[in-house]
Amino acid sequence: MKTTGNDGLLGLIKPGDWLVMVGGAAATAWLFAALWQGHAADKAVVRAGGKVVAELSLTQNRSFLAHGPLGTSRIEIRDRRARVAQDPSPRQYCVQQGWLSKAGEAALCLPNQVSLELTGTKKLYDSLSY
Amino acid sequence: MHIHIQTTAEDHRIARLAAFAIGLSLVEAAIPSPLPGIKPGLANIITLLVLERFGMRAAIWVSLLRVVAGSLLLGTFLSPSFVLSASGAAASLAALALARHLPKAAFGPVSMSIAASFAHVAGQMAVVYLWLIPHAGILYLVPVFAAAALLFGSVNGLITARLLADEQAPAGCAVLSPP
Repeated sequence: MKTTGNDGLLGLIKPGDWLVMVGGAAATAWLFAALWQGHAADKAVVRAGGKVVAELSLTQNRSFLAHGPLGTSRIEIRDRRARVAQDPSPRQYCVQQGWLSKAGEAALCLPNQVSLELTGTKKLYDSLSY
Repeated sequence: MHIHIQTTAEDHRIARLAAFAIGLSLVEAAIPSPLPGIKPGLANIITLLVLERFGMRAAIWVSLLRVVAGSLLLGTFLSPSFVLSASGAAASLAALALARHLPKAAFGPVSMSIAASFAHVAGQMAVVYLWLIPHAGILYLVPVFAAAALLFGSVNGLITARLLADEQAPAGCAVLSPP
């Protein structure tokens, strides 16, 4: 079989070329997926008084009670997200922050010294320390 | 005084092919690009043709001359963009040196071109990251460059395949044959 320009452009692409193109497209798609998405979180780290009191998997829906100087904060995990559902702090900032879903996101309940942070395999940039 | 430099037929051929590649580089520099660094890489068509017809040594010479003389003409010699163009050319030549050993029956110029364009982008991004902008933020550009490499690599490969096919045809327009 002899390929000439008369076969049209597609005739110039050999079987291995298709393979390379599909491989290149897959690699490109993977790069988009890996580098353009926020990194999914897989754990919630709860701290009270600066110490880690729980590392909760996001795959199980559950509640966790963290005890601080003002009282008890309730952390809730549902559908791979986490939030501070209840907190005795006066301004309720960490409760109003709502659901956290990406690695690196955090909710701090300062007066009660409780914090909730999501972690993944790769952390997002921390704008405070970077 | 008369200076005479001994030149061989191969020198003439390499000079002529490098001139083609430099011409394409200059044409390309005039094409506006949505993102600095995204270019069709038309000069790679010449590199691929030279590699196929005259082998690795000639392809390296033509690439080298194109990068150096092209940067002299564009006024970027020894600037960062010259270093980037040199590193991209070196990386794609390295990829071609490997890819040319693929079985010819299954892999044609399109495969070679895609391998070269991905290596080009990878080499440049490595230099950008290690030397110019050591910041993880440039990772966001990598997928865009990869997509451009796939698109232009495929198109340039097709053009190369077409030119090579024409050359084998009896009445083809011969880009590479001697005048």
